[in-house]
Amino acid sequence: MVLAELIAIKERELAARKPVVITCCLAAGCLSSAGQAVKEALDQAVKTASLDAEVEVRGVGCMRLCCEGPLVFIDPPGTLYQQVKPEDAASLVGTVRGGTTHVARGEPNHPFFARQMSIVLENSGFMDPERIEAYIARDGYLAVRNVLREMTPAEVVSEITRSGLRGRGGAGYPTGLKWSTVAKTSSAKKYVICNADEGDPGAFMDRSVLESDPHRVLEGMIIAAYAVGADQGYIYVRAEYPLAISRLQTAIRQAKQLGLLGSGVFESPFNFNLDIRIGAGAFVCGEETALMASVEGRRGQPRPRPPFPAESGLFGQPTLINNVETFACVPPILRRGAEWFAAIGTERSKGTKVFALAGKVKHTGLIEVPMGMTLREIVQDMGGGVPDGGQIKAVQTGGPSGGCIPAAHLDTPVDYESLGRLGSIMGSGGMIVMDQQDNMVDVARFFMEFCKDESCGKCVPCRAGTVQMHALLCRLLARQATARDLAKLEELCDLVRNTSLCGLGITAPNPVLSTLRFFRQEYLDLLAPEPWKPATPPAPLPGLG
Amino acid sequence: MDRLKIATVWLGGCSGCHMSLLDLDEWLFELAKVADVVYGPLVDTKEYPAAVDVCLVEGAVANTEHVELMHQIRQRTRVLVAFGDCAVTGNVTALRNPLGSAAPVLERAYLDPANLRPALPHEPGVVPPLLDRVLPLQEAVPVDFFLPGCPPPADRIKAFLQELLAGKAPHLTGANLRFG
Amino acid sequence: MAAKVFTIDGQEISATEGQSVLEAAHEAGIRIPTLCHLEGVMDVGACRLCLVEIAGSNKLVPACTTQVADGMVVATTSERLQRYRRLLLELLFAERNHVCAVCVSNGHCELQSLAMHLGMDHVSFPYTFPKLEVDLTHRLFGMDHNRCVLCGRCVRVCWYVEGAATKNFSGRGASSRIISDLNQPWGESRTCTACGKCVHACPTGALFEKGTTVGEMQKDRGKLEYIVTAREKKQWIV
Repeated sequence: MVLAELIAIKERELAARKPVVITCCLAAGCLSSAGQAVKEALDQAVKTASLDAEVEVRGVGCMRLCCEGPLVFIDPPGTLYQQVKPEDAASLVGTVRGGTTHVARGEPNHPFFARQMSIVLENSGFMDPERIEAYIARDGYLAVRNVLREMTPAEVVSEITRSGLRGRGGAGYPTGLKWSTVAKTSSAKKYVICNADEGDPGAFMDRSVLESDPHRVLEGMIIAAYAVGADQGYIYVRAEYPLAISRLQTAIRQAKQLGLLGSGVFESPFNFNLDIRIGAGAFVCGEETALMASVEGRRGQPRPRPPFPAESGLFGQPTLINNVETFACVPPILRRGAEWFAAIGTERSKGTKVFALAGKVKHTGLIEVPMGMTLREIVQDMGGGVPDGGQIKAVQTGGPSGGCIPAAHLDTPVDYESLGRLGSIMGSGGMIVMDQQDNMVDVARFFMEFCKDESCGKCVPCRAGTVQMHALLCRLLARQATARDLAKLEELCDLVRNTSLCGLGITAPNPVLSTLRFFRQEYLDLLAPEPWKPATPPAPLPGLG
Repeated sequence: MDRLKIATVWLGGCSGCHMSLLDLDEWLFELAKVADVVYGPLVDTKEYPAAVDVCLVEGAVANTEHVELMHQIRQRTRVLVAFGDCAVTGNVTALRNPLGSAAPVLERAYLDPANLRPALPHEPGVVPPLLDRVLPLQEAVPVDFFLPGCPPPADRIKAFLQELLAGKAPHLTGANLRFG
Repeated sequence: MAAKVFTIDGQEISATEGQSVLEAAHEAGIRIPTLCHLEGVMDVGACRLCLVEIAGSNKLVPACTTQVADGMVVATTSERLQRYRRLLLELLFAERNHVCAVCVSNGHCELQSLAMHLGMDHVSFPYTFPKLEVDLTHRLFGMDHNRCVLCGRCVRVCWYVEGAATKNFSGRGASSRIISDLNQPWGESRTCTACGKCVHACPTGALFEKGTTVGEMQKDRGKLEYIVTAREKKQWIV
């Protein structure tokens, strides 16, 4: 593969575009509401109407408004159709020739779409994720070519550093710093790992990226490998994402065929092999040291850091490990420049962030917004607020490691530091809206149950502490807990947060701590009266001594 | 000077802790100089008296009578001591807890080995029903001090009581804290 | 190897590069409580009892897996650390059915002894009383899951000293269990060499020799040390 061939593929692809494109969402959300049948019916309807020459029916990745799926978009004229059924296909195809249809139309100009800013999701919903040509037609792999031919690894690292990109997996560690640490190690063997073990309840950002635009992640990884000097990569993806896995497999095969992976990428001296490793359903394997143990074929349990993966990671070698969305940000940064990326977002949180909007909100689905947008703009304007006119009570971000932000703080800008100050975290991008019906103690119990079930069992505070915290929350909800129990719960939160081995345990108390901070009254309302006076140290016994 | 009122109670335990108390031998005479034992298996009092200064509770809370008695004792006692491992941890008395309820134990004791007329004891108001879960004392009522051991050896009891009688909060350390 | 000088509980001590805080402290006669640590096998930092404070950091670190560094200031006995250690012990006691009075290791148990030394006079959490198995299928040894603290010492000696790789973990969280081979009865294991190292590595009465009764199971760590010293230093010291 050389540049001319890449351009030729792009031109062939653009030339083959038919006048009308009907895109049909084939990501997991729409597939689960019969999206595949809709696509097939549309194919058939085009044939029946003899419109093959004019109309292309294209299966694409996530079109974002998941709650209204299956989604179909006809362009021109640029109309979005919602909740399409297979039997609607003929009338939808009929609109191309001026026919009418009763299928509900979406509002492409609604803030849900209009306020989004697409970088990671720029191709999502437009191209067929199973065709590498479609990705190339949208300038895919151009960044790799330019990086390999025109930039030194150090220049690539510097570009990423200057872009201000921070890890999208949760903690927000500066990506450039991580890359440069791995790049500076002198080992002959290094690895690049993509963490696609997305496991937070209600989160589906990474899945959507992998299903909608797998080549983007590959491209980001190739660039990263070149920058840090790795020649082997792994994508660790959870088994619960079969479609993402199959699309990744397809993408890897296609990239190898075109000489974009394997020996001599873009006919340069740079080699990079990429393999998929499939997780077996343990949440803790999203923790980097557990993930690496799992890739090595060992029990997926975290180990103490240091040493950090950048010094001693997979098989004891320096390893760069980033999340799906982080890698997905890389190609556009290299294509359009660090300054362009750094101009988006806030002072310390650059670029955009993808969120999976879920819960008590009118429009659930996938959104990508510039960092620094307020929670209110996201859940109220874009999300449309609580259905049926309810009131937002809180927004949960960061999954089981995050916290609940009360409605009073909805004007908080969404960036790493602001969310941290409220006792939550950016996390990987799950955002769950809660209304007045939701009991915050029950929310805390839900997440604690999750942490208890997902604790790997290695360290004592997480393994046994989550069990006790969960039991205390259950007692509270059964109105059997007293003020002493509540004090015990807080004591446990402090213990587990400060003594656990890995991030899962350290953050496990967060849902309790954040709801205690903002919704303490709900806990107090559930307390049973103390049947006994609190046990005080008894006064000295009289007259003896 | 008022004499101290001491009570002892025998809940779900083997009475070993009380035996150990008797092992205090002549120190019991020292104790008798300052205190009266007002209730317990060693004295013949039917009703737990009011305003008890110290109560040593042997055994775990295993049936409904224990629960009621402990509620009464807690209200009438200044210093409540979990006396021995059964009271502190549940110990042997609580070995049946993993079975989930009292039924398997009762069946094993009264039905499986019976040759004639197998029946579970059932005398409401006379035989208190077993709790499904044996409780260490502190899960039933607030406890002021813990005196572990199975049984706590006499010198450990002595060390504990001496501090208590000296008006201090007893603070056992080292070997005096050994369970088992 | 370069020497490192650091401060621990106000005492300046020297250590060799690469040594753990725990090793250096023990050499200097400062005892830090441990449970999952076992002389001769690698440390995993699982029990969290050896957590210490390092000046300049909010994060508590396990002494067993933290290497000494020049100028490091370590505190091992703060009120907070002691409170955490006691709570961790309470969690362990509440997690399974540790009935010291009827245990083969009564009087020789590291868990029991830790409770004694850390001043745990009772457990302030409700006991969970799980229903657990006892595996008596092995010809010589027994495994009582009621007494297991999941420290993984048996697994490590089995893998890294004996090299049999019979013992392992299954499940996760509170459902974690020590298993033999692919979760077979121990007696049916085809990899177990019946060497007994796991039994002697076990800090509690979870692994024991058959035929021992209450208080009779004394663990002999000397054998392990003998083997490890022989292997690593080529010294056969009895």
